[in-house]
Parts: sequence; structure tokens; C-alpha cells
Amino acid sequence: MGNGSALRKAGIAVGALLILVWCLLPVAWIISLSFKSQESITNGSPGFFPADGGFAGWDNYVAAWENDQFRRAIFNSIGISLIATLLSVIVATLAAYAIARLEFKGKKLVLTTALAIAMFPVVSLVGPLFDLWRAIGLYDTWPGLIIPYMSFTLPLAIWTLSAFFREIPWEMEQAAQVDGATSWQAFRKVIVPLAAPGVFTAAILTFFFAWNDFVFGISLTSTEAARPIPASLSFFVGADPFNRPASLLAAGAVIATIPIIVIVLVFQRKIVAGLTSGAVKG
Amino acid sequence: MAGIQMKNIVKKYGDGFPAVNDVSIDIADGEFVILVGPSGCGKSTLLRMIVGLEDITSGDMVIGEKRVNDLAPRDRNLAMVFQNYALYPHLTVYENIAFPLRLAGASDADVDAKVREASATLELDEHLDRKPGNLSGGQRQRVAMGRAIVRDADAFLFDEPLSNLDAKLRGQMRTEIARLQKKLGITTVYVTHDQTEAMTLGDRVAVLKRGVLQQLASPRELYENPGNLFVAGFIGSPPMNFLPAEVDGTKVQLPFGTVEIPADRAEKVAGRGLLIAGIRPGAFEDASLVDEAKAPTGSTFRAKVEVVEWLGNETYAYLPFEAPPEVQKQLEQLEKDLDGDQLRTQLVISLDGASRVREGDEAEIWVDTSQMHLFDPATGENLTVDRTRAGRIPELDGPATRTTA
Repeated sequence: MGNGSALRKAGIAVGALLILVWCLLPVAWIISLSFKSQESITNGSPGFFPADGGFAGWDNYVAAWENDQFRRAIFNSIGISLIATLLSVIVATLAAYAIARLEFKGKKLVLTTALAIAMFPVVSLVGPLFDLWRAIGLYDTWPGLIIPYMSFTLPLAIWTLSAFFREIPWEMEQAAQVDGATSWQAFRKVIVPLAAPGVFTAAILTFFFAWNDFVFGISLTSTEAARPIPASLSFFVGADPFNRPASLLAAGAVIATIPIIVIVLVFQRKIVAGLTSGAVKG
Repeated sequence: MAGIQMKNIVKKYGDGFPAVNDVSIDIADGEFVILVGPSGCGKSTLLRMIVGLEDITSGDMVIGEKRVNDLAPRDRNLAMVFQNYALYPHLTVYENIAFPLRLAGASDADVDAKVREASATLELDEHLDRKPGNLSGGQRQRVAMGRAIVRDADAFLFDEPLSNLDAKLRGQMRTEIARLQKKLGITTVYVTHDQTEAMTLGDRVAVLKRGVLQQLASPRELYENPGNLFVAGFIGSPPMNFLPAEVDGTKVQLPFGTVEIPADRAEKVAGRGLLIAGIRPGAFEDASLVDEAKAPTGSTFRAKVEVVEWLGNETYAYLPFEAPPEVQKQLEQLEKDLDGDQLRTQLVISLDGASRVREGDEAEIWVDTSQMHLFDPATGENLTVDRTRAGRIPELDGPATRTTA
């Protein structure tokens, strides 16, 4: 006991620390960069902490936030990502429920097609979409981004959710129906709450995809009408195009990360494993 | 509240296999009927057809005065307790019980009054705020029952509700269900494969085999007057003994010797040749312990005892015997139907706990032949059945061409 378990605990702690450092170092560096002043970066300031006189305080953040284009991009990103997530999750929930519960012809086809879409290289679609969107007037609009985001996240959401639905015993719906529920009521009041961890998992995955996307964001937009934050950051050039404002960019990146962290924290509380325990004798 | 009439109910699955075949059962208002049989006999399917979770291929399902074949489960006003309880894990016990009322759109005050009443009946008051996941098996079972009794359903349906509980709790819950049913006086259909539940709970018991109703009778009638080999072998524990028997007048030749049977029984089987005799373990006794007064109603024989199990109040003794091939074949088929796999033909007898019979002894055994039944080895039909006290045996009522399987 004593020695062995203490050693193991120490080992786990060291391992965890290594992984944490590995994962968080770039984030920490961006944060450190965002607090350095532009001049000190131009002059060279390799340390983690700002060199003497190189500390910019919140200046970079204020500057980034006061940029109209940046605020507009944040707003675009939040709006587009949330709408895409919401629609994708609703459609995926209904589709996955049908796939999990109904026997119908072409079920295999639907699932394989979904998987094929998920594996399709995104970049190859950008050209055709660009042409098509310009032709039908979706270029540089919110729907123009929401639609591709949805179609690329739906497959994964459907697969995740149908796995969750399959785990829910049939008796749950049957009990609800005997208790007087319509199929829709049984679905809404019993099945969806039980599949909530799955729904939120799918939501997080979809939101990540939409929030992080750069290829569509830069190719299918031309103004701040719809340009999302990753694309917008690449336009953050400042006054001198040959001398990019690295600290300002870093501050913008940090700000762009905040919504993701908030969303994950909110959703994570909903992803409680073992929510279905106690439904049936197991 | 309402009675339930099943008229020639048939359930065929896609491959044409009849899971339930031409079953007719008439359940009176307030009656407690048990559906019993080995696994795969169609008892659960029949129950699910009553509640509407399975389509009915043909036949009529009438609840009260209304034919319900085409009604959705929610329009049938029945309450069901599932084998695995099917509680809603995201809702508290209170909301679980209230669920049917909320769907019906009851007012909050109404819901509260009814839920409190149900929880008081089932002693769930202190658990109302907990989630099902934190409850024990017995408590979950009671919540499932609470969800059933809270609404004024026309009938209760139970699908093997106690099979997930341990033995002690099962006994308690069995009594609880019986008490509740008597108190509420509501029509109840109860599916089980446990014959203790079947015998103790039901006003009447329907025995099913491969989708066909074998006999519908009170527990006592089933025990004393089984309609055929299958019912005889299924009801009773330890099961009835089946022995090859040759009848000659009132004398019956058994593997252990010749015994006398009452004249009225002998008459029914005269001239039938080789038969199967069915004798319950309890009909035997250690000859030295039989009352003088009782002794003449039976016969005695001597046989070697292979194994003895002493249980205190009684003793089980095992006596092996050889059966002729035609009987052997029928008995093997019977074992298959009963989900068992008896390896050897042996007689199981229950003796008084005071018996001093030991393993390897050549014991003198007395048998009460007035309780002996004789079965046709080819069809399994009970030739000595007392039709006035055997409830309904569809096989004997219907056309003679109908086969058992």
C-alpha cells in the first residue's frame, strides 16, 4: 500500500502537469503576448514576462475592442455559430431519433452518406460554393455560412445522438404512451431530457466547428456583414501592412476565445454521465 | 373500471410465426387474472396487445364495452407496470407519479392530492423528492406501482413486476400487490413465469404454451385437475411425477409395483393400454408414518431410494426408474416445453420430516392413488380430468382436430 500508492499518485500528478504544460503553453504565450506593448515586441522581447517598460496593461484589449470591424466580427461569429448549432442540433435530434427507433428502407444509406459527408474535404467545396452563393445571392450573408456549417456538422451530430438514443430503453417511450402521452409528448418530455448529454455534446462539437472555421469564413464573405472572427483577425493589419500588430492580434485572439470557454462551461454542466441510471433495473 | 374480453386473439409476426394463437379469455370486472407459461409462450405479447403496444393480427380486444383494437395506448386508459419499471430518471419520484396526471392536464392541487394519496398507500412519502437512480429495487417497484394507481385506470397490467427483486422482497411485494388489488378492486392482468405468484395472486390463471391457451382455471383447479401433461408438469413445485403405467381393471402397473386406483377413474381409461401416470410428490408418504384411517385410500410399494434431501419439515426422496421408449419420448418433449432439461427419469417424492428413510434404503412407500391422473402418451390429454372442476380447457372444448402444438 503506502509507498506504492504514494508513488503512483506522484506519477499521475507529474503526468498531468506535463500534459497541462504541453496544452496550455501556447495559450499562456498568447496571453503574455497580449499584455506586451507593440514597441517592445518590435524591439524584441522574447521573455514570457514583458521586459521593463514593455508592459501594456489592458491597452491592447481596449484597442482591439474599440475596433469596429472586430466587434462586428465577434457579433457575426456568435450569431452564425449559435444559429448553426441550434438548427443542426434540432435537425440532428429528429433525424437521429428516427434512425435509432424506426426501421425504414435506406437507413444504412442515410448513415453512410452522412459519414461520407463528414469525411469530405472541406476545401474542395469552397470553389463551387463561392460561385453558387454569388449566383443566388447568399454570398457574404449569414445564411451563406450557416448552411455549410450545418451540413458539415450534421453527420457527426446525427451519429453521436443516434448512439445516445439507442442507449435509452424502449420501455421509456412505451411507459409514457401508456401513461397517456402522444408520440411527440413522449419524445419531448421523456426522450429528449434523457438524451440531453448527447444533445449538448453534439451542440459543443457543432459550435466548435462553426466558431473555428476559417476557410468558409474567409472565402464566402467580403465585408463585415458576415465575416466571422477567425477571418476577421487575418484582416487585422493595422497601419503598416509589413509590421503586423502582434500584440493587438494576440489580444483579439484571447477575446475570441472567451465565448468558447463560456459555452463549454455552460454546456459541460449538462453533460453529466450516467443521467439515465435508475431508469430501469440494470 | 371494466372487464376485458379477448376473442380469438392472434398475433403473427412478419415471418408468419404465431406468437399468440387463437386465445380467448374473458376477464370479469375486478378480477385478478394471471398469464403464466414458460418463456416464449406469448404471455407478454398478449399483455402488450391488451395495452396497445403490439398490434393485434386478428381477433377482438374489448375493454368495457369498447373494441380497442385500433386505439393507441393512451386512449385505452390502462395502467401498466413494466418488468424493468421504466421510471423516468430525470424526474423526481413525485413527478414520476404525477406524470400521467400532468399529461391529462390535471390542476396542481388535484395532482398534489392524488400523488400524496398514492405515496401514502405505498409508503413513499419520505422519498418523494428523490430521483429513481437513488432508490432501491423495492422502492423503484413501488414508484412504478404508484404511477399506475395514481390515475383512475380501467385495469392494471403487470409484466413480470417482481422478477428483478431478490427472494425476500419478492415475497413482500407479492403480498403488497395482492393487498392493493383487493383494496382498489380493479381488474388486473398479471404476467409471470413464477408459479408461486401465479398460484397465490390470481383469482384465475391462464396457462399458455407456444401461444396457445392450455387451461384457464382457478389455482386449485389447475393443481388438482390439470387438463393435460403440460399444465400438470408446469404447475406445482417440485413438479408432478410422470411414470409409465399399464391399466388393468382397477390395477395400475407402475415401475415400482402395482397400485389400486378408484373405480371411477379406472373406468375412464379402460382399454387404453400404455399410459402416463401423473402423481404429485405430496401424494407419497413413508408407509410407516401413514395414519391407519388414511392407509386404505392408497397402495404401498417398495423401492430403493437413491438420494434424500431433508429440509426439516419435509424430506424429498429421489427414486430412479426406467421408462419405455414411447413414454420416454413424450417426457423428453414435455421437459423441452417446460424449459427444463431433466437428465434421467426419476420419481421425486415428498415425505414427512419425521421419516427415517436413508439414502440407499429399500423403503416402503405409500401413495394416495385417489390423486393420481392418467394421461394419453400420444396427445398428452388428461383422461381422468374432472371437467366440472377444471375451469376451461380450450383444447377439449374446441374441434377435435385442433392440435396441441
